[in-house]
Amino acid sequence: MNYVTRRLLSAIPTLFMVSLILFGLVQLAPGSAASLYAGPDAGPEDLARIEKLLGVDQPPPVQYVKWLRGVLGGEWGISFRYQQPVTEVLRSRMFYTIELMAMALFIALIVAVPFGVISAISKRKWVKHSSSILAMLGISIPTFWLGIMLLLIFSVRLRWLPSGGAATIGMDFNLKDRFLHLIGPAMVLATLYIAGWSRYVRSSMQDVMTQDYIRTARAKGLKEDSVITQHALRNSLLPLVTLIGLQGGSLIGGAMITEVVFAWPGVGRLLAESLTSRDYPVLMAAFMVMAVLTVAGNLLADLTYGWVDPRIKLE
Amino acid sequence: MDVGDNLASPAQIPQSTTVDVLATPRPSGWQYRLRRLRKYPLAVFGAVVLILLAFMAIFAGVLAPYDPLSTSLNVLAPPSAEHLLGTDDVGRDVLSRLVYAARVSLTVGLVSTLITVVIGLLLGVVSGFFGPVVDVPVSSFTNIMLSIPIFPLALVLGSFLDMTLGTIVLIIGFLSWMSVARIVRAEVLSLRERDFIEAAQCVGASSTRIIFVHIVPNITNALIVAATLLVANAILLEAALSYLGYGIQPPTPSWGNMLMDAQRYLRTYPGLAIYPGLLISLTVVSINFLGDGLRDALDPRMGER
Repeated sequence: MNYVTRRLLSAIPTLFMVSLILFGLVQLAPGSAASLYAGPDAGPEDLARIEKLLGVDQPPPVQYVKWLRGVLGGEWGISFRYQQPVTEVLRSRMFYTIELMAMALFIALIVAVPFGVISAISKRKWVKHSSSILAMLGISIPTFWLGIMLLLIFSVRLRWLPSGGAATIGMDFNLKDRFLHLIGPAMVLATLYIAGWSRYVRSSMQDVMTQDYIRTARAKGLKEDSVITQHALRNSLLPLVTLIGLQGGSLIGGAMITEVVFAWPGVGRLLAESLTSRDYPVLMAAFMVMAVLTVAGNLLADLTYGWVDPRIKLE
Repeated sequence: MDVGDNLASPAQIPQSTTVDVLATPRPSGWQYRLRRLRKYPLAVFGAVVLILLAFMAIFAGVLAPYDPLSTSLNVLAPPSAEHLLGTDDVGRDVLSRLVYAARVSLTVGLVSTLITVVIGLLLGVVSGFFGPVVDVPVSSFTNIMLSIPIFPLALVLGSFLDMTLGTIVLIIGFLSWMSVARIVRAEVLSLRERDFIEAAQCVGASSTRIIFVHIVPNITNALIVAATLLVANAILLEAALSYLGYGIQPPTPSWGNMLMDAQRYLRTYPGLAIYPGLLISLTVVSINFLGDGLRDALDPRMGER
């Protein structure tokens, strides 16, 4: 069996364990979902009927097996709150999260790479110092607070950006409106990525610049520009690929709280809402989506690393 | 943050044949560590700020002008001589709440990191030292834990459990030990092959003795650096949980839960949103500066740049 297949297969028990842990946790939840949905006036008969309707009248192991079988068959249950298939609810939200993360990744990459390179190759002390202080601020400022400050400046004071959501209420979809709603959360999320990545690009760039092949390239008489872009940058970007993959989990955590601050209707906000409404099928599904993304990130990091760097042999 | 990458290297141990004298071969006392740290101005800045914050937390009772919990009819008052930073939406003195909240953040940061380090050290040492029989299950468990998105999981736990300072500390501690376990395991794996460990085994030292006398002192530096950064992460995690309402419960002030309602008054009283966030940022950035300085000062591979 080759490495790729084996790594792919190893994700299965991991995700299984994650789902089991999560299901166990949901059983710990105080107060039943049924009583929340039944309201205060409901009698015991109503409660029993609602429990049956929600499928929570059976013992937990039976529920788990039912849930697992459903998930494998693409049937993720019915949302307690929306009374719609969970897959429907998720699908409408997933698009927003993907849009937000893609935009943030894009901004982050075009900023972080030049930023890291400049701070690595600059001979000026103040450039090095100020860039490392900036990067440090970026990883230290709480994401949600950065979001609140962005709202304070650009939405409340300057009135350039809307105060949250994904579209102006009552307005038909138009690209400009969507972009204005997207740019705030995307910038906040990007800041989080930029800070971590630029530090990484800088240190790997510094490592690469001391390698023999850089000296060789210079000795051949290549211009410093092409030494940096053709030889150094290429090689120093490899670890970044891995880092992005390995960070999957924390990227998603960051996206989640950003969505809440900006009321962006993505999966993260859906998860936060499902906690308040005790919508366990949605909670389980949203959480599993995040876990799958995390595992996939790790996997991708592993595989691309071997692929982009032929010196590494995957066994 | 990539705590692991920069740390996963063995401590530098001079080649020698004697056994016990070299149990702690490198000068690694606190004096030595402090002396090296002095060369990093940002780390010194971080340390000074942290000492001041700790002072503020310890003497909150003396420093805070008001009781942080007592409400009044003077709600959402602007800054004045009476209330230096104004009052919040139920008339509590904002400055006093900020001062008391330092206790929460620092306690959460320090205690949860202590739990993290104990768990991580224990699992890392046993999986590194006792071979595949222990290593395979422990490492797989670590990997599974690493595949769980921590923030959503903490949130789920936060919404199900009765959140007190104790539960938050436990949740954060039990969800962040993985990086420590990995670092320790890598260090132990490489230390185990060293001559001085073999020598200790030859003279009949027990596993416990080898672990505590020969291995743990050699990974202390890596642990100190990792722990510093973990304190920063723990404080950020608590702030985020409290902001969403699943952390420290009001009326107990925490910088995170003070931001919870602040967003509603962004238009009228932006100060409510600004101050707590500034303090979280200042605390975390100080810890990170200190951690960075410690890494440069203590990690022998970093050399003198």
